[in-house]
Amino acid sequence: MTDTYPSLSLVPKTDIAITAKDFKSDQEVRWCPGCGDYSILSNVQAFLPELGLARENIVFISGIGCSSRFPYYMNTFGMHSIHGRAPAIATGLAVSRPDLSIWVITGDGDSLSIGGNHLIHALRRNVNLKILMFNNRIYGLTKGQYSPTSEQGKVTKSTPEGSLDYSFNPVSLALGAEATFVARTLDSDRKHMTEVLRQAAAHEGTALVEIYQNCNIFNDGAFDPLKDNETRDDVTMRLVHGEPIRFGADNSKGVTRTEDGHIKVVNVEDVGEAAIISHDAHAKDPGLAFALSRLSNPRTLENTPIGVFRDINRPSYDRLVREQISDVIERKGPGDLQSLLNGSDTWNVS
Amino acid sequence: MSKQVVSLNRVVIRFAGDSGDGMQMTGDRFTSETAGLGNDLSTLPDFPAEIRAPAGTIGGVSAFQLAFADHDITTPGDAPNVLVAMNPAALKANIRDLPRGADLIVNTDEFTKRNLEKVGYTSNPIEDGSLEPFNVHAVALTSQTVEALKSFAVSKKEAERAKNMYALGLLSWLYSRGAEGTRSFLNKKFAHKPEILAANLAAFEAGWSFGETTESFSVQYEVAPAALPTGLYRNITGNPALALGLIAAAQQAGLPLFLGSYPITPASDILHELAKNHRFGVMTFQAEDEIAGVGAAIGAAYGGALAVTTTSGPGVALKSEAIGLAVSLELPLIIVDVQRGGPSTGLPTKTEQSDLLQAMFGRNGESPVPVIAPQSPSDCFHAAIEAARIAVEYRTPVFLLSDGYIANGSEPWLVPDADTLPKIDPNFATGPNHTKADGTEEFWPYLRDPETLARPWAIPGTKGLEHRIGGLEKADGAGGISYDPDNHDTMVRLRQAKIDGIADTIPDLVVDDPTGDADILVLGWGSTYGPIGAACEITRRTGVNVAQAHLRYLNPFPRNLGDVLRSYRKVLVPEMNLGQLTMLLRAKYLVDVTSINQVRGMPFKSTELVAAITAAIETL
Ligand SMILES: Cc1ncc(C[n+]2csc(CCOP(=O)(O)OP(=O)(O)O)c2C)c(N)n1
Ligand code: SF4
Ligand SMILES: [Mg+2]
Repeated sequence: MTDTYPSLSLVPKTDIAITAKDFKSDQEVRWCPGCGDYSILSNVQAFLPELGLARENIVFISGIGCSSRFPYYMNTFGMHSIHGRAPAIATGLAVSRPDLSIWVITGDGDSLSIGGNHLIHALRRNVNLKILMFNNRIYGLTKGQYSPTSEQGKVTKSTPEGSLDYSFNPVSLALGAEATFVARTLDSDRKHMTEVLRQAAAHEGTALVEIYQNCNIFNDGAFDPLKDNETRDDVTMRLVHGEPIRFGADNSKGVTRTEDGHIKVVNVEDVGEAAIISHDAHAKDPGLAFALSRLSNPRTLENTPIGVFRDINRPSYDRLVREQISDVIERKGPGDLQSLLNGSDTWNVS
Repeated sequence: MSKQVVSLNRVVIRFAGDSGDGMQMTGDRFTSETAGLGNDLSTLPDFPAEIRAPAGTIGGVSAFQLAFADHDITTPGDAPNVLVAMNPAALKANIRDLPRGADLIVNTDEFTKRNLEKVGYTSNPIEDGSLEPFNVHAVALTSQTVEALKSFAVSKKEAERAKNMYALGLLSWLYSRGAEGTRSFLNKKFAHKPEILAANLAAFEAGWSFGETTESFSVQYEVAPAALPTGLYRNITGNPALALGLIAAAQQAGLPLFLGSYPITPASDILHELAKNHRFGVMTFQAEDEIAGVGAAIGAAYGGALAVTTTSGPGVALKSEAIGLAVSLELPLIIVDVQRGGPSTGLPTKTEQSDLLQAMFGRNGESPVPVIAPQSPSDCFHAAIEAARIAVEYRTPVFLLSDGYIANGSEPWLVPDADTLPKIDPNFATGPNHTKADGTEEFWPYLRDPETLARPWAIPGTKGLEHRIGGLEKADGAGGISYDPDNHDTMVRLRQAKIDGIADTIPDLVVDDPTGDADILVLGWGSTYGPIGAACEITRRTGVNVAQAHLRYLNPFPRNLGDVLRSYRKVLVPEMNLGQLTMLLRAKYLVDVTSINQVRGMPFKSTELVAAITAAIETL
């Protein structure tokens, strides 16, 4: 088990068998009935036992928002912090405590509006954090204002005539911020989410997992095209490392390179199977991952890739911090307080 | 040629030049030699916010003042006995501080028509008689340096740059300072540039022998060592002292030290100093902004580190919300605010004490935070340890209010014996602390220590203590989310009572009232200690009794403060703000203290304070 998750090699293992039930806290869950957050919670609780970690060495840190109530419901260590700052707080914890498995829970507003700065810096540093971004394309907790992922023109309480802001694509943003692991999954697809969480947990460094989450009160049905039996297969592009990128009913669609070097969605029949490109999540160059992230239509959700866009190796920031410190100690020996206080230029008064 | 040697008790020197002239380094070197001779000393660097302001302008003048004496001193002095002015701008910016009869060394080479015009001199002050009140030594510092270095393998520009060493040599001779320290300093600094090293050494020697031979200086001075308590000394500046205090505190607590910080003048040197000390396991995190700096520190505190964030006023403003979170989470955290002139960007390189009310009240909700302030550069060390003690024992963020004056100023420091430093006990929670009605044990994260009201510090990785906390109001004891009105009222009062109770562990305020019958008390806090002390000394020498007391603890105040205030007919409170401590004292004790204030970006001059004290006595 240890070897499956090299990123968790320093985290103590549980010495008793634990199940999903052990991860349920005694706090009553208070999301609106039908909220997508419920399924994410139960998916995470069902997945965690697989890691085999001591429960007391798992920490959930969140910001503010409906989604950020998540830690209260997990029977682990947890902190519900302040709006947007969870990645910063988690960074301090990760740097000082390599023996913890640290998960950040955040919303689209929490991580992309007020906390945008901390998100991009956590990603570029590659701190050993697993960030689950619950994207419902709306501000839930403050009762339904548009968010940075809301589609332009969105009518909300704060934009009765339609929003004018152009939206963020969280996957594109993360890739631009030098993220080493970027994935997208759906609240309602336990199997898919579990597989994505598994890969995220194994990744050393920051893993950003965007989870499309339905807010049935303020933005109901935002992801319906990806969920309805009718449309689901037609719009959802499931990315699997090493496999040809094909989707649609009967796998009739695929992604190919155009002559000018871009990529586009085509009918496989029209170009032939050989012209369909394969997904390479391990490619050093983020070009393909970025291009894939741009294929989806933010309004109709056509051509929406889900799965792991990018998963590359780069030493985590917290590991580098520890290595630098131990390297200095090895070279110079541990510090001696008295000689530090004395400094190099002293004199005696007798 | 041997000259007459005159003994002095106390000397104040100011080196002033262009930002590029190396005045800070010259001052530092002179300070080092002076410290080595056993004088007591105090320094005041004063430099522009711009890295290289336009050459030759008033805005680009960088100065370094140093007082040294054969007795105990607490300030860098009001007025210099000797001013070294490397160019017309330096002369113009500093001449008004120079008392009649003082020595003035000017670098005549820089007094060109163009340079004079740049700063608005219509005639050359060296020649027009306007410097008559002073003892002027017109020295062609630049050309004499170039001349002395003509046989050396350096360019004219490099030779000119060595003029600060020439000046240092001259001043070192004039005040009978040593040369060894400077020689070994230069050897180290220019170890990889042998030509530059040779030139600087030669410039220093040339300045020295110029002093010996020139007729412009008829006497040489000496200042005997001060009778300081015996022991090992070093010279220390406030920011490094504070950093050492943090390292010592972490060691005394047996905790790793974590700093989350974003660079800002005048606090950055604490970050730099700590970053040099990985040998002590110190983790320094240069964050993307000050919110992330304090956020990371909160995360580290949650994990059981001694967590610190360092900044100045504008950074505190950004950190406010997170500090409120730390108040609510009740986690140990040290917030260092090296105050500078405000509001907004204000005067980045100048000093002020105007963040006291920000530290006290700059958060939403009832959000009490202990505040303590060091009173001198070396005191930053001890104040940092005390801040750590309070933070850890009471599980609370603590404000440590330094300022630009003590952060950059220096003084000799009797190096403490590391073995005698106080221990700090983190006292981590290790197991359940509450028994349910059915007899099972559980952990309550907000069950308080009955004496200190501190909650348990239960860090991740401790089996059986899994719990959730956050910024939402918590149920008293059990710690779960609670919106109950009475519970909130209880929690607000408990948090306040916890901070108020810290007063039980801090010493009473000590009043220095030598005759015991003074009518007037001068009460200060923070970096005004030196100037106030000097002003009280001077006043007493005129036969007038005056008492002095200095607050290290601004929140909570020492228990006896109310009694002290009421036992004097008049209380004067000098502050480098518009009366912030005064406001707190009036509000808390209903006493009519008198505010003396000045916000010029510079420490009080003792003479200003003497005048204020004298005026106050006359109105009694
Ligand atoms: C400093 C601060 N500003 C504003 C708020 C109000 N606020 C709380 S949650 C939120 C937006 C939440 O949106 P999102 O992150 O998408 O979370 P969701 O509720 O949709 O899960 C806002 C604006 C706050 N709590 N703190
Ligand atoms: S408002 Fe929306 S996001 Fe928030 S709990 Fe209700 S359904 Fe979920
Ligand atoms: Mg949202």
